[in-house]
Amino acid sequence: MPILVYAESDQGIFKKSTQELISYGRAMADQMNTEVIAAVTQDASSAQLGQYGAHKVLHLEHTSLGSFNAELVAEALCQAARVTQASVIVVSSSANSRYMAPLLAVSIEAGYVSNVVGLPTSYAPLTVAHNVFTNKASAHTALQSSNIVLGLSKNAYGVHSYETHAEISKHSPELTASSIEVTSIDKAANKVMIADAEVVVSAGRGLKGPENWGMIEELAELMGAATACSKPVSDLGWRPHSEHVGQTGKPVAANLYIAIGISGAIQHLAGINSSKVKVVINTDPEAPFFKAADYGIVGDAFEVVPDLIQKLKEFQAQNA
Amino acid sequence: MKILVCISHVPDTTSKINFNTDQTEFDTNGVQFVINPNDEFGLTRALWFKEKQGATVHVVNVGGAETEPTLRKALAIGADEAIRIDQPATDGYSVAQALAPVVKEGQYDLVIAGRESIDYNGGMVPGMLAKICGFGFVNTCIALEIDGNTATAVREIDGGKETLKTTLPLVIGGQKGLVEESDLRIPNMRGIMQARTKPLHVKTAEGPVAKSQTLRFEKPTPKQAVTLVDNADQLINLLHNEAKVI
Repeated sequence: MPILVYAESDQGIFKKSTQELISYGRAMADQMNTEVIAAVTQDASSAQLGQYGAHKVLHLEHTSLGSFNAELVAEALCQAARVTQASVIVVSSSANSRYMAPLLAVSIEAGYVSNVVGLPTSYAPLTVAHNVFTNKASAHTALQSSNIVLGLSKNAYGVHSYETHAEISKHSPELTASSIEVTSIDKAANKVMIADAEVVVSAGRGLKGPENWGMIEELAELMGAATACSKPVSDLGWRPHSEHVGQTGKPVAANLYIAIGISGAIQHLAGINSSKVKVVINTDPEAPFFKAADYGIVGDAFEVVPDLIQKLKEFQAQNA
Repeated sequence: MKILVCISHVPDTTSKINFNTDQTEFDTNGVQFVINPNDEFGLTRALWFKEKQGATVHVVNVGGAETEPTLRKALAIGADEAIRIDQPATDGYSVAQALAPVVKEGQYDLVIAGRESIDYNGGMVPGMLAKICGFGFVNTCIALEIDGNTATAVREIDGGKETLKTTLPLVIGGQKGLVEESDLRIPNMRGIMQARTKPLHVKTAEGPVAKSQTLRFEKPTPKQAVTLVDNADQLINLLHNEAKVI
């Protein structure tokens, strides 16, 4: 009974979270003596998925799957599970996967655990560790159903390389019309998304005003990073709501989170603390954020950040 | 329009998270419980529909008697009636199964749930409830308008947002954006007085079965102290050579 992985793509490209998901599914499959199958619902050249461990790729083809619709993707995956006899389906923590997964779980009467942070610690019953209390603790949860859906936390497992030759096949699911119609999409082109970013450069009220954000954007661009902000900055309208990270904003699970002029309120920390490395730049040595940081500079952002930009340029030139 | 707002009873964000001796249960000693932040936005939006469009607003929670003060707070904020489904909230699936008969019996047109609760972060109850009831579902909903039987919702997606059109009955997984933070309603004296006499019905659940069970909890190893450096050169060196993130 194989493992099925929902391999998301965006305009034909498989994102890092998909590569990670396949590696994870492969490791599970190896432990269970079975195969991992990557289910693809959009047009993408999928032979490369063998590099991350996929034994097989199943292209689910239907005209309605051209753009994302949670109901239809859930139904397609439900049928894919039946056709492949998969009882374990692994999905990512993307907005689309989190939207779709509960619908899928009910369709196949599966227990669903999200925010999973590692491979199962036991297989009878299948038991996984997952983040709870907004990353302040973890829980070890056993699944008691025959079908299972797992949602993997971003950057929890990493991408692993294989030399597997993935066998590609197709299936056309039967889908009825959805009750939901997308009437418009508003997405910044060419901007690094917080959800995908390896590095996030974030700034807060210490920057004193929206006119000072030029250096933040410059630093982010230099690092290929997404820009983010604290809640007060978003409430004041200095930066768009879409940049607000924290408990009531977006979660950040980047490899590197740089917080500039942010004091570190608990609600902010709650949203960003599954980032691997946290750097804090703040003039106030008593700022609570320093307790949660890995590295820090106590200093004036208006001096430290331009200096950091300059030194980073030199560093990148040396390491080119 | 009949609206049901799902309210989770959760520890305040600033709470210290501790567990009992065998790590099987959250230690509630000294913990302040509140309405889940995402649910607050949904409740205020529901009350907007009540004022502008004459909707009735009920609130519901799945839990033991300890959750009633939180339901009373929602009544004090302005909901008309509260329902407590007397069952421990063991896992997302069983919570959704407990809610479904209440949704159907009450003939609600719109169910507003929070996208995720800050205690167990499952993020699954709204979607599961929608699927069990056969309702439409929009997650990460940051804006909602209802016109007759038509709903226009804005969903936050990775990297932006999309506008969706659908019909009632509908479940949404709501969050900040449904209303602005500054518009969140809080209980006033009159609301608190009225809440005491508004109905709070206790219903029994029909034995939903959990599909997962948490065996134990674990707290992370305490974090090491921050490494403070004096300048950018030192920082870049550590990020490259020690942390290996650049």
